[in-house]
Amino acid sequence: MSIPQPTAVPALRPGYRMQWEPVQNCHVLLYPEGMVKLNESAAEVLKRVDGQRSINEIIAELQACFPSAPELDEDVLAFMGEAHEQRWIRFR
Amino acid sequence: MNNVGSVSADMQDRPEQGPPLWLLAELTYRCPLQCPYCSNPLEFAEHKQELTTAQWIDVFSQARALGAAQLGFSGGEPLVRDDLAELIGAARDMGYYTNLITSGMGLNQARIDQFLDAGLDHIQISFQASDGEVNNMLAGSRKAFDQKLAMARAVKAAGYPMVLNFVTHRHNIDQIEKIIELCLALEADFVELATCQYYGWAHLNRAGLLPTKAQLDHAEAVTNRYRAKLAAEDHPCKLILVMPDYYEDRPKGCMNGWGNIFLTITPDGTALPCHSARQLPVAFPNVSEHSLSHIWYDSFGFNRYRGDDWMQEPCRSCPEKEKDFGGCRCQAYMLTGDATQADPVCSKSPHHHQILAARAEADLPQPPIEALTFRNERTSRIICKS
Repeated sequence: MSIPQPTAVPALRPGYRMQWEPVQNCHVLLYPEGMVKLNESAAEVLKRVDGQRSINEIIAELQACFPSAPELDEDVLAFMGEAHEQRWIRFR
Repeated sequence: MNNVGSVSADMQDRPEQGPPLWLLAELTYRCPLQCPYCSNPLEFAEHKQELTTAQWIDVFSQARALGAAQLGFSGGEPLVRDDLAELIGAARDMGYYTNLITSGMGLNQARIDQFLDAGLDHIQISFQASDGEVNNMLAGSRKAFDQKLAMARAVKAAGYPMVLNFVTHRHNIDQIEKIIELCLALEADFVELATCQYYGWAHLNRAGLLPTKAQLDHAEAVTNRYRAKLAAEDHPCKLILVMPDYYEDRPKGCMNGWGNIFLTITPDGTALPCHSARQLPVAFPNVSEHSLSHIWYDSFGFNRYRGDDWMQEPCRSCPEKEKDFGGCRCQAYMLTGDATQADPVCSKSPHHHQILAARAEADLPQPPIEALTFRNERTSRIICKS
């Protein structure tokens, strides 16, 4: 897995949609004939992936929302790398 | 983003059985093509009745409340239904991820646009082969290949994510390189290279369809070569290769377990745990008589092979039973006459020799495509009478 540049701007790939599923009590990522259950931190990151915000901006927002969390940079970058490898997101 | 429409979830406490997550709506058994590996039941011609638009929308609504999030529109050919756009729109408003699984026959620019307006999320087009002649021979239609090419281009031009599905077998699997090249040229986002699973019409035609081990090894090697090439180019297309279980020694964990996450509704409203279960000697409930909640959680049919109380040896004491659930109930029934047997794909099954015999048969010369039994109303009626 390659770690993306923090200035990269991630967007969900066309055909991928995240939504809250009350019965499963979690966010899921839906795509052609597939569905992935997301844990809370993955959902918090992906909620902010909109093709506008850079990874840096997303990290800053998360850090502001969760001030008690330790430094998130490394985790978020690793997650973005994983999400890119899984083809959920692409970078602009 | 939190788009669940106006759904009120059925949040009743169900400690043992999880909800259905996938709904397959087989809108009709009607289809203009005649593929000899169709997964529809052999006696499809006997089931002419179809749910109305309102009945389908009610099914979608009930399944969504239970928890279903993925919805496949399938058939037969779902485009035969004039109300397809209305069904897509209703399902999308409920928060489903909507998949149209089609041959492309009956599709046109107007409908592509109409479905886009209705919110359709994805279109899967099936091909029979990478060249027109073999494709059209398998499909039983002279116009099929050109129509599919045109529609694949139109689907991409409209901005949909597109899956191209090639059912592979001994007559087309050697062209896998050409197949992949065609998919890349058509800019498919996902390519499913799915070898036949031997149910329905494919079971009837198994000897004429099952590839040899050498053919499969070749297909796998070519696919892996392309996967490496695409990965190196950071190419967005994903290749999915489905191998036939006839060359395995352990069965597949069929449908992720009986009545576990999949729910199929057939054209006449019969509810099934998988699309080939209709052939089993089990009474399955119909949505016109029962609520989906009752069907999923309480009906005899959906509980028949849940858990492991129904298992015989060698499954009962097998350490792998949690993983593969004894394999496929339909395959066990088709090959042994008893759906509670181990799937004969398993080398522990006393019936495994049938799988070995089928492999040996694949190494012998087999009749040409023209000699296969094609799936159409006439043959369906003949088969059912005999």
